[in-house]
Amino acid sequence: MNLKTALLPLAMFAALATGTAQAQVNLMLPANPGGGWDSTGRQAFQAMNEAGIYTGGVNFTNKGGAGGTIGLAEFQGSQSGKPDALAVFGAITVGSIILNNSPIDLSQFRPIARLTAEYLVIAVSADSPHQSLQDLVEAVKADPGANAVGGGSAGGVDHIALALLAQAADIPVADLNYIPQASGAETVTGIVNGTLAAGISGISEFQQFAEQGRIRILGITSAERKAGLDVPTFKEAGYDVDIANWRGFLGAPGMPEDNYQTWVDRFTQMNGSEPWQKVLETQGWDQFFLSGEEFGTFIKEENERIGAILKEAGLAK
Amino acid sequence: METFSLLLQGFEVALQPINLFWALVGSVLGTAIGILPGIGPALTIALLLPVTISVAPTSAFIMFAGVLYGAMYGGSTTSILINTPGEAGSMMTALEGNKMARAGRGASALATAAIGSFVAGTIATLALTFAAPAIAEIAFYFRPADYFALTVLAFTSMAVVMGTSRVRGFISLFLGLALGLIGIDQMTGQARLTFGVPGLFDGMELAVVLVSLFAVGEILYVASRYRKNSSEIIPIRGQIWMSREDWKRSWKPWLRGASLGFPIGALPGGGSEIPTMLSYTLERKLTKHPEEFGKGAIEGVAGPEAANNAAAAGILIPLLTLGLPTSATAAVLLAAFQNYGLQPGPFLFSSNPQLVWGLIASLYVGNAMLLVLNLPLVGIWVRLLSIPAPQLYGGILVFATIGIWGVANSLVDVIAMVIIGVAGYVMRVYDFPIAPVLIGLILGPMAEQQLRTALAAGQGNPIMLVSTPLSVIFLTIAALFLLAPLLLRRLRANA
Repeated sequence: MNLKTALLPLAMFAALATGTAQAQVNLMLPANPGGGWDSTGRQAFQAMNEAGIYTGGVNFTNKGGAGGTIGLAEFQGSQSGKPDALAVFGAITVGSIILNNSPIDLSQFRPIARLTAEYLVIAVSADSPHQSLQDLVEAVKADPGANAVGGGSAGGVDHIALALLAQAADIPVADLNYIPQASGAETVTGIVNGTLAAGISGISEFQQFAEQGRIRILGITSAERKAGLDVPTFKEAGYDVDIANWRGFLGAPGMPEDNYQTWVDRFTQMNGSEPWQKVLETQGWDQFFLSGEEFGTFIKEENERIGAILKEAGLAK
Repeated sequence: METFSLLLQGFEVALQPINLFWALVGSVLGTAIGILPGIGPALTIALLLPVTISVAPTSAFIMFAGVLYGAMYGGSTTSILINTPGEAGSMMTALEGNKMARAGRGASALATAAIGSFVAGTIATLALTFAAPAIAEIAFYFRPADYFALTVLAFTSMAVVMGTSRVRGFISLFLGLALGLIGIDQMTGQARLTFGVPGLFDGMELAVVLVSLFAVGEILYVASRYRKNSSEIIPIRGQIWMSREDWKRSWKPWLRGASLGFPIGALPGGGSEIPTMLSYTLERKLTKHPEEFGKGAIEGVAGPEAANNAAAAGILIPLLTLGLPTSATAAVLLAAFQNYGLQPGPFLFSSNPQLVWGLIASLYVGNAMLLVLNLPLVGIWVRLLSIPAPQLYGGILVFATIGIWGVANSLVDVIAMVIIGVAGYVMRVYDFPIAPVLIGLILGPMAEQQLRTALAAGQGNPIMLVSTPLSVIFLTIAALFLLAPLLLRRLRANA
């Protein structure tokens, strides 16, 4: 009896961890629980459920690592040809596949829908002499080495956005002193204590620190100004850069045509639904919807654009 | 007095029924594992990591804090009643506590341990409440060179202090550093030491290494040394309370223990072993009853037990404010934060005030809960000790494996667990300390990242590494840790 009382809680937790009931839809979340991809996947199906678009069971699998390439590789291996197998992925996956020489080919998967985007912002310390994006870019141009810029991991969306900005301003990408940081918070620390001349990151990571008056945001990568944030776009500042950290859904390679159409329709319907609008609002995500074959073309273009930039930065061959 | 209002908000979080429930679960589990020899809070929290998938972060951390504090309470019971410390911080308690129990004063020993733990735990939590936000603000000005110097200090102090020899300590440390290198390098995107296995791209999961070393290695060791004679449990006579004389002799050691434990617990390499040893030595020097020491002096239980609990609160300071773990338990807590995508550090206080203050408030609540759980109910807890060892350890091994599988459903992890587990057994047999492996694994990547950031920002000039006063101070202390014993030996030889 004593043994039981001691081990029961452990057994309970082990059961919680391993066993979700088998369901007919399999959704691969190629990230650890709690992150952006994880919540995109779970919230989308929650919204579909509330809106009555799809109310059946969903079997979620979390498999994080290497920008989603590990999870997608497993997904491709175990779910190819299955009728109702979906996976979450995003802009980061595109770069990671190239960087890690991953055998994954995104064009083999079925492009279902692109749902959300997070735009990137570039910021300097509140007491920095740079008042505008032009000031900062000129300083970097004059001495790229001394003006280190921090952001997410090498070859990630932050890095690519900075490289695009450099290209637009005729700064050789290879000259940039880009220092990857472990997290958005560390980038802010680096900006504040003067280690970094500037930092680039998703808007959600920087906005609260800008509101606290620790950093000053100089520009945003969206095509148009974002409501509630009095910051010019890169385009307004004269640099033709338009990039977002987007997230979307893929179908398994070889998904039957009927099922593919059903899922494209379901996501299109969900995109306009009340519950999904509420999710976008509470999560602070920007709607960035594109579905079906158009989305497939978009993935192809991103693949080419990002591949070219990574080559120029010396990160890919 | 912003701290007060934040703390009050924290209590609002901690006193929600669901969080009270998790605090209770944590306290009960913590006490149980503290009582059982061989299972520590680090291992327990590592095995509980899979719950982070289904429990909200605040609730999970409140539970983990309960486990951490509870283990400190539970450990003393085992030390006193069967002379086997339930966890490392209770080693000193066994010296006097078990003698007291043999002399029929077990009740007083248990009472002074539990009340002392409560007093010290509360004092240390108060200190944490007011010190942490201030340190978090200072941390804002830590530059990469400072962080790098701090990690170097943590490395040398861990390798020198832990274990039976420095060579062993450093070998353990470098094993950990090597494990920490596995995976995709964040700064260049290149894979290192992955041998083409995609499952290794994200590096070694801390929970895997920890469970392997502590659960698998330790259990293999226990099994290999297993003899069928169980230790004798000394029955407790009378009510668990203290006489007026006991109170008089206990309160000063409690306070002294708390003031030793908290700051040392907060230092890299401090942990809970050193402050308890210091406290024991101090009480032995200051006592008015030196003749009782070694035969069951209550001061020898009161001081170390207080130091032990205060140290448990101390480790939360560098963890929450700098993201710097100073003990195995803190390292697992860091892993738990990372599972939620949270990065402990100066920003945690501004980005997740609800979590931080809820956690701190729950420490007060947990302490009160544990006092109630431990004083009147100690008789029930003691029965845990009658679980036969083979079933107990066999069961832990099974749950450890299920737990590791549950974290990531990865076969690579389970294979790594077997390999590292056997390595852990070998280390245990040959007296290699485990803690430096974990510190190397968890701080290695951080040290590398900060080193490379400092150098990149300084465009490759190594002077950057000693460009701030703090970095010079930390590196000097690290050098002293390394060289002082050698110098002392030489001086002594000359004298």
